[in-house]
Amino acid sequence: MSEPVIRCRSLYKIFGLNPADLRIDGDGVVEPSILEREGTVTAVDNVNLDVSPGELLIVMGLSGSGKSTLVRCLSRLIEPTSGSVEIEGMNLLGMGDRELIDLRRSKMGMVFQNFALLPHRTALENIAFPLQMRGMKRRDYVERARRMIALVGLEGRENNFPRELSGGQQQRVGIARSLAVEPDIWFLDEPFSALDPLIRKEMQDEFLRLQSLLNKTIVFITHDFDEALKLADRIAIMFNGRIEQIGRPEDIVLNPATDYVSRFTSDVPREKVLRVGSVMNPPSEGEEVADRAVDVTDRVENVVEYVLGQRLPVPVVDSGDTVVGVMHQAHVLKVLFPSRSEPA
Amino acid sequence: MKGYAWLGALVLALLLAKSAGLLPAFLDELPLHLEKSSIDTLGDAGKEAYTELVPFGLILDHTFEFMREELGVSLVTRFVSKRLKELIDIFDNILRGGRKGLGLSAPPWTALLVIAFILGYSLKGWRLALLSGGTVMYFAIFGLWKFAMETLALLAAAVPISIIIGLLVGIVAYRKKWLELALLPILSVAQTLPHFAYLIPVVVFFGIGHQTGVIATIIFAVPPMVRLTLLGLQRVAPEIVEAGKMSGCTNLQLLFRVQLPSARNELLLGVNQVIMQCLAMVVIAAFIGASGLGYRLLHKLQSLKLGQSLEIGVAIVLLAVVLDGLSRAWAEKKRDYAADLPFHRRFRYPILLVVMVAAAYLLAPYFPILEKVPRDLTVTYAKTWDGLVDWIVLNWSDGLTNFRYFLIVNVLAPLRDALLYMPYPSVLLLVAGLGLLLGGYYSALLTLAFLVFIGLAGWWDRAMITAYMVVFATFICIVIGIPVGIFSALSERRAKTALFWCDTFQTFPSFIYILPVIMLFQVNDLSAIMAVIVYAIIPAVRYTVEGIRSIAPELEEAATMAGCNTRQRLVHLQLPVAIPHIMLGVNQTIMFAFSMVIIAAFVGTIDLGQQIFKALSETNIGKGVVLGLCVSFMALAVDHLVTRWARERRRLLGLD
Repeated sequence: MSEPVIRCRSLYKIFGLNPADLRIDGDGVVEPSILEREGTVTAVDNVNLDVSPGELLIVMGLSGSGKSTLVRCLSRLIEPTSGSVEIEGMNLLGMGDRELIDLRRSKMGMVFQNFALLPHRTALENIAFPLQMRGMKRRDYVERARRMIALVGLEGRENNFPRELSGGQQQRVGIARSLAVEPDIWFLDEPFSALDPLIRKEMQDEFLRLQSLLNKTIVFITHDFDEALKLADRIAIMFNGRIEQIGRPEDIVLNPATDYVSRFTSDVPREKVLRVGSVMNPPSEGEEVADRAVDVTDRVENVVEYVLGQRLPVPVVDSGDTVVGVMHQAHVLKVLFPSRSEPA
Repeated sequence: MKGYAWLGALVLALLLAKSAGLLPAFLDELPLHLEKSSIDTLGDAGKEAYTELVPFGLILDHTFEFMREELGVSLVTRFVSKRLKELIDIFDNILRGGRKGLGLSAPPWTALLVIAFILGYSLKGWRLALLSGGTVMYFAIFGLWKFAMETLALLAAAVPISIIIGLLVGIVAYRKKWLELALLPILSVAQTLPHFAYLIPVVVFFGIGHQTGVIATIIFAVPPMVRLTLLGLQRVAPEIVEAGKMSGCTNLQLLFRVQLPSARNELLLGVNQVIMQCLAMVVIAAFIGASGLGYRLLHKLQSLKLGQSLEIGVAIVLLAVVLDGLSRAWAEKKRDYAADLPFHRRFRYPILLVVMVAAAYLLAPYFPILEKVPRDLTVTYAKTWDGLVDWIVLNWSDGLTNFRYFLIVNVLAPLRDALLYMPYPSVLLLVAGLGLLLGGYYSALLTLAFLVFIGLAGWWDRAMITAYMVVFATFICIVIGIPVGIFSALSERRAKTALFWCDTFQTFPSFIYILPVIMLFQVNDLSAIMAVIVYAIIPAVRYTVEGIRSIAPELEEAATMAGCNTRQRLVHLQLPVAIPHIMLGVNQTIMFAFSMVIIAAFVGTIDLGQQIFKALSETNIGKGVVLGLCVSFMALAVDHLVTRWARERRRLLGLD
């Protein structure tokens, strides 16, 4: 595994705390009594996180769980109270203003929930804004901004002001702006939460398309568990500033670490999340199986019909056509009706 | 509730004790400088027993003296005064010619006419073009050209300076929390300090004259710009600032390319406010020697040439409406980057402007009428107006005198005497109780502190007289204004009309309201109150209309579906929901009344305003400032209590 692009250790953001009162032990953990002091709010509580190159990490939590504060600590829009953040091995929190500005001008892009477009600039000018800030020549930034417009499919809207665009179009501008500097790291703070459900779905697909083209390292914030399941490589679930659990969607659904996480996962359509590999049995010698196999990476929902239609268990193969497991009808039923699997 | 009963009982006990003659003098009255006998006579110049408990005035006098002489402030003021004079001369020269400033010759009046016309047309269209062009015509035809140009030159100097200072202070205050905290109380005092109170210190530091007027104007116009700059910057969504930071902005780039442009609406509103405040103040600055339309108006008013005064007043009003219209249209103008127009289309208005002005210059030597309106072509209807006033005096005199007599004897005098009769501790207790009821201990202490200052400064009685005029005027404004507002709010079209007239009337410089009142009632205390009522009724109407019209449509629909008739809808939905907003209107009415009561001193009152007036003519700086603060503090006390209540009420109704 390669070096993580983002690495944070013992990260804290405590609002309303006088830094002089901070007491930290050798591991960077803040003494718990301080967190409960009157008048302080702990928005980020001892967060440790690694994001690998090209990984899409989703930070999921309800409002007030500290997820927005966390992403702002990672981009240093908010100064963390203690802990460390490394971006590609560089110490983010030790950077001076100049270094930080350079980093943002070359390595980071961010998309905001309410789009945060500059009202006095057209779509094209908004997209070109970060390029202008770093002093690019007019010809070059217009050219780059036009490419970005094409990338997000807004041709013909270059000269519209934000107020003349629909929500979905505005967020496309926001996405294009955040991508204009060709950043390696892409922060998205609830980018689709302010959009209508249909537009949201369309934008999610668009986002997946962009990511398959660009392969950025992404931290994506959302409060929508379905969205997290649909997009994530890994999900981190936050509650009261802490990360309750971090892992692949299947892991979280199958093995919720805490009650809080299991409450989230209880209503999830598990057949849409779980893959065959995570519910099958190991292959047993001599067992009679059906003749057509299913792929180990298939989602359960795609094989339900076939498996339930067989009299015999179904063999599971990997990409090399080697049999790696066997799937019984009971497995499928357990995925579909988890709470009814144990008769009283 | 028990605490309030105690307070009430105490007030009652004080009153009873006084009527029984048992109240010791020190609990009854503060040391006075107004004897009872003098109250009924106007302009009691003789009764000046100045017995303040704390000599605030003297302290201020010494402070200012110290600043002027020892700290070398006078060197600075002299320098500023000189530079400003040069600036004004330049604008004066551009507009009027003459040997001062740049030494240009006067432009033909038609040049200004086409500028006004094209500016109006390019910003909003024909109506504004006709209005602004017509105003320039009016100046020319009614022979007010010289004075109007003087006023415009003053504005041209004062407005940009006010905007720049306000913008800078606002930006620094946005970035430095301590400055914001220090500025907020100053800004609220500045907003309620009477116009005249500004003039006195300025005169002391800068002497009498043209540039002093501009300085007073700038000092008066800067606070709203600061306030709106601060507000605008604070209202920029945090996400937008973050987006700027993530785009790699340096601090300066963030300010000039993200924050200020995003605060555009508030900043442009600030510019509009500065222009209107400047115009209002330029008129009043006539009292300290600023020439122009205001000076001319004052001059004619003092010699009771009402017809000519009216013509000047109309000119000022027209100027106000035009400047307001132009600056608003400019603020609302959408910029169209998209249109990829050829040069001559894109700059069609500037080109047209240059061509027309050039034409005016070229043709003027051949057609003298284009250069200057000949004297025999100017008109005046002053005689007609004077005749009308005479007719009113002749025919309505009896009726008006009776009306006036009735009002004074049966309403005003008893009200005033009642306020003066109350022992001062009872007033303090009542106000403190109100504060306690509406906002808790903080409010009670704050309002009490305001009143205690007035008592200690020795202006208790004058303050009570000011208070009685404000109370009476406010009462009338509520009785007339709110029903008018309700009536207007009941139909969309009427509401629009009402708001339009409120907007228009509000642009008039307050001093102008004195004019029609003098024409009807001559110079006396009743006309002062009438002027106050006419001026202060505007917010009562406006806020009522706004409050009712801004009720959520779902609520109106719910009322309709519940089968409400018009009266039920009004009583059960519209009034209860709109009342916090209406109360804010009443608050504004009271603020307007305070400001107008002081201006109305010009037509004869015997309250604080008249004393400020006197302080101005004596250039008694300490007295003037203390009096100004007294008025400001009374207004702030009321303002605090009413807005407090309205906010609480809005919160309870879940309207925020």
